[in-house]
Amino acid sequence: MSRNARLGLFGVSGVVLAALLVWAFTGLRAFGTFNGEYGWILDDVAGKERHVTNVVASVVFDYRGFDTLGEEFILFAAAIGVAMLLREARDDRERPRDEVRSDAVRAAGLALAGPTVVVGLYVVAHGYLTPGGGFQGGVAVAAGFVLLYAAGRYRSYRAASPHSFVELAEGTGAGAYAAVGVAALFAGAMYLENIVQLGTKGSLNSGGTIPILNAASGLEVTAAMVLLFHEFLEEVMYQE
Amino acid sequence: MIPLQVVAIALTALGGLAVVTSRDPLRQTIVSGLYGLALIVLFVVFQAPDVALSALVASTVAFPFVVLSALAKLRRSRPK
Repeated sequence: MSRNARLGLFGVSGVVLAALLVWAFTGLRAFGTFNGEYGWILDDVAGKERHVTNVVASVVFDYRGFDTLGEEFILFAAAIGVAMLLREARDDRERPRDEVRSDAVRAAGLALAGPTVVVGLYVVAHGYLTPGGGFQGGVAVAAGFVLLYAAGRYRSYRAASPHSFVELAEGTGAGAYAAVGVAALFAGAMYLENIVQLGTKGSLNSGGTIPILNAASGLEVTAAMVLLFHEFLEEVMYQE
Repeated sequence: MIPLQVVAIALTALGGLAVVTSRDPLRQTIVSGLYGLALIVLFVVFQAPDVALSALVASTVAFPFVVLSALAKLRRSRPK
């Protein structure tokens, strides 16, 4: 397509899009109006029914816990799929030497790796009290491992996260989530129903099964991300 | 709308434009990280901390990592 034709196409579609946007925006409610009835109800009942202070966590790990089960297994399948596509029988080869030449990157990586893991664990552990949870904290913990690599220590990165251990952790996390649901069945309740004592609102001991599912998903997400990083890094580190 | 929210929206819009207009993939990755930061500030300003945390880990850890490792791999397989 010639340059003029492309510009013409852009001009026409741009004008149409702008007109549609203006039309849509003029029909919006006033700024700050919230029309989600479900949101108001949850805001009202989540604290009383589930003894958690982060309503989002009560939705993710309780009211819609079954949806999260599906998401856990999407991530699980994605990580396993990447591993199956990219992994070759490489573990017998010698691990490559570090290549970072910048002292600044080395220092920043080393200084940030530990604190990042701690922040991630904090975000996981307090997911049902303050904003955060298993997913967000899990990726942050995995980021700590990547920083170890960024500090120019591929070998320590690999030593800190052995394949067999990471895979075990991923399976355990995903399996534990499903198992909590099955445990509810044995207790005579519905699948994934909150059967554990709810504890004191605002303390770490609150929310019943929410902290358990939160921890399981934290473990699963951390392991899945580390596994993904492994496979991508191997592609870069081992030269063909 | 408070001024802080207006600033956050404007920064996000500018960031998106900057990502689209940068041509070098490596530079684009860095710019998209900054754009992600603007988006995170937007979420915080609009009182959605849970979304902000998710966006934080996705746009500053997972996404740049995948793009950067792909770029590094390309650079190795096609030396200048």
